[in-house]
Amino acid sequence: MRTIVPIKQVPDMSQVKFKADKRIVDRSSANAEINPFDLYALEAAVQIKEKLGGTITAISMGPGRAETALRDALARGADRAVLLEDRTLAGADTLATSYTLASAIKKLGEFDLIICGEKTVDGDTGQVGPELAEHLGIPHVAYVSRLAEVGERLVAVCDMEAELYTVESGLPVLITVTKDANTPRLPTFRDKVNARKARVEIWSAEELSTVADPDRFGVRGSPTRVHKVMIPIEEGRKGKVFRNTVDKATDEIADAIVNLLGGKSNIGDE
Amino acid sequence: MNGYTGLMVFAEQREGSIHPVSYELLGKGRELADSLGVPLSGVLLGSQIKEEAGELIYYGADKVFWYDHPVFNDFNLLNYKLNLVKLVKEVKPEIFLLGATHWGRSLGSRVAAALGTGLTADCTSLAIDKDGSLVQIRPAFSGNVLAHIKTRTRPQMATVRYKIMQSLRRDVGRKGEIIRKEAELTPSLLTIVHKEKSGEVNVAEADVIVSGGMGLKKAEDFCLLADLAKLLGGVVGSSRPPVDSGWIAREHQVGFSGNTVKPRIYIACGISGSPQHLAGMRESEVIIAINSDPSAPIFRVADYGIVGDLYHVVPKLIDRIKIRRSGS
Ligand SMILES: Cc1cc2nc3c(=O)[nH]c(=O)nc-3n(C[C@H](O)[C@H](O)[C@H](O)COP(=O)(O)OP(=O)(O)OC[C@H]3O[C@@H](n4cnc5c(N)ncnc54)[C@H](O)[C@@H]3O)c2cc1C
Ligand SMILES: Nc1ncnc2c1ncn2[C@@H]1O[C@H](COP(=O)(O)O)[C@@H](O)[C@H]1O
Repeated sequence: MRTIVPIKQVPDMSQVKFKADKRIVDRSSANAEINPFDLYALEAAVQIKEKLGGTITAISMGPGRAETALRDALARGADRAVLLEDRTLAGADTLATSYTLASAIKKLGEFDLIICGEKTVDGDTGQVGPELAEHLGIPHVAYVSRLAEVGERLVAVCDMEAELYTVESGLPVLITVTKDANTPRLPTFRDKVNARKARVEIWSAEELSTVADPDRFGVRGSPTRVHKVMIPIEEGRKGKVFRNTVDKATDEIADAIVNLLGGKSNIGDE
Repeated sequence: MNGYTGLMVFAEQREGSIHPVSYELLGKGRELADSLGVPLSGVLLGSQIKEEAGELIYYGADKVFWYDHPVFNDFNLLNYKLNLVKLVKEVKPEIFLLGATHWGRSLGSRVAAALGTGLTADCTSLAIDKDGSLVQIRPAFSGNVLAHIKTRTRPQMATVRYKIMQSLRRDVGRKGEIIRKEAELTPSLLTIVHKEKSGEVNVAEADVIVSGGMGLKKAEDFCLLADLAKLLGGVVGSSRPPVDSGWIAREHQVGFSGNTVKPRIYIACGISGSPQHLAGMRESEVIIAINSDPSAPIFRVADYGIVGDLYHVVPKLIDRIKIRRSGS
């Protein structure tokens, strides 16, 4: 199975500082890491490789420092790592990102399966996977919570909120996996050491120009623009907060609840 | 811009019934269309559900493009995409909206990429700018910031979160046109071989939710909350950490990466009130918070707050409610 896993380096959300007064997002305060949702994609790829053999190529578009995320992917089981790095790729929205990734994947050659994370914690869209599939002209299954079968065909259970659908597809196909799909393993110390020595290929926009239109890269290829970023200021409700008066509080709140719900609720089985 | 005009709303249907987010989009779409002075259309793909096309008009659409074919019974992704792309190219709406359900996000991405236009995910607010363009407002960075986004291509596409916009009151007097479209079909590369309900609870639709967070000491203690929920005819919800710890199933999760809820009463027990949790419940009609820490942010959005130990407060509250019920 020739599997490709697109991963993104993102800031560690628990460390990013959001300054409400200055209305800025301070990314520099946080360490960068692999998008947590992409770890499930990598683990899924590794489990398939353990069963069927084959190769895993991790690919990322981002600044030079994203190389560390790709090294982490190598430590976790990827065989090959490609970083798309170029000033002209910067500022891409999901359309330009997916187009650029699609161009690089065309250049990589034939593949059977692409596994993306459900979404990124910074961009938060979940769009790059399906858009990538569209650019490549292959089917996709999003929100896969369980891979039932991979081989000649793929059978996956996807989470459609109130329902779970089992979907069958031929290959090649792209899937996006959720947190329910597996439990990612931690890389061993040895894997980490080996990954430090492994090669991460760096491709510039120039290298994609044989398969792509550079006007569709980066800011230029991005139809959406962020005009403003605001830190939401909690409006709050001027509620009544009871301290050290649990009896009085529960009395008053019980009254309020009974009034609100009136006769509508089920007293029957009490 | 190059002849693009009007608003179009994708009406998501499951098993022949319209997802309520589509009515909410028509409600918002009506407001935006009126402020632009342009028509609002709905698109419905389904099998033998013409009455539902009429419903879209009762909820605000001027026109409905209606496709009737058995392939649309299931979420036949590539056939949905094919027909939507064709329709958008023909009708040229300047704004095209879908619900930010899993299906809407998956399908919307494909349609946008095929059209080569922008798509803004999971909007919580939409407005028209002075220049007539659509301002799409959405949470980013895990809900910590709100981004205002504009699209320079047409149509301006967005998916919009469920339970944020208001639908109009159903009005059977409203008139509109249903335009039947012939479906074009492509061999399906994806087959849905099985469907099942994903779980028993539906927190998104519940009237009363009693939620627990890390203030609970162990998984079993959700039973205490279940007692209160049952008494009020409601369901149990959760913040994310208990879900991640495997204490309760994911469908109970409320918040940014869980369900957005708008119940009549939301009772938060042992939940601090992180931005990600508030993102999913701040629209609740009445919020009651029980937390031992007086500085917990949840109190800032609460209508009633009790500073106290939930293990002490919840049983007391159950007692008091029972007393009132038996007295009346
Ligand atoms: C990408 C991303 C998505 C996320 N999505 C979600 C989401 O969808 N939903 C969500 O909820 N979170 C989400 N989170 C996590 C969120 O940031 C918080 O970590 C989480 O909401 C905290 O849960 P909590 O309030 O239960 O726990 P804590 O923050 O640990 O709060 C526990 C509270 O219980 C109180 N307490 C302790 N003991 C008692 C007692 N005996 N009686 C009464 N009170 C007591 C404490 O004072 C404290 O306020 C997300 C985070 C990220 C990064
Ligand atoms: N810059 C990128 N490089 C490689 N893969 C990406 C990039 N951005 C997004 N992806 C992939 O697309 C998925 C969805 O991302 P998003 O649409 O940003 O939420 C991620 O989980 C990754 O698998």
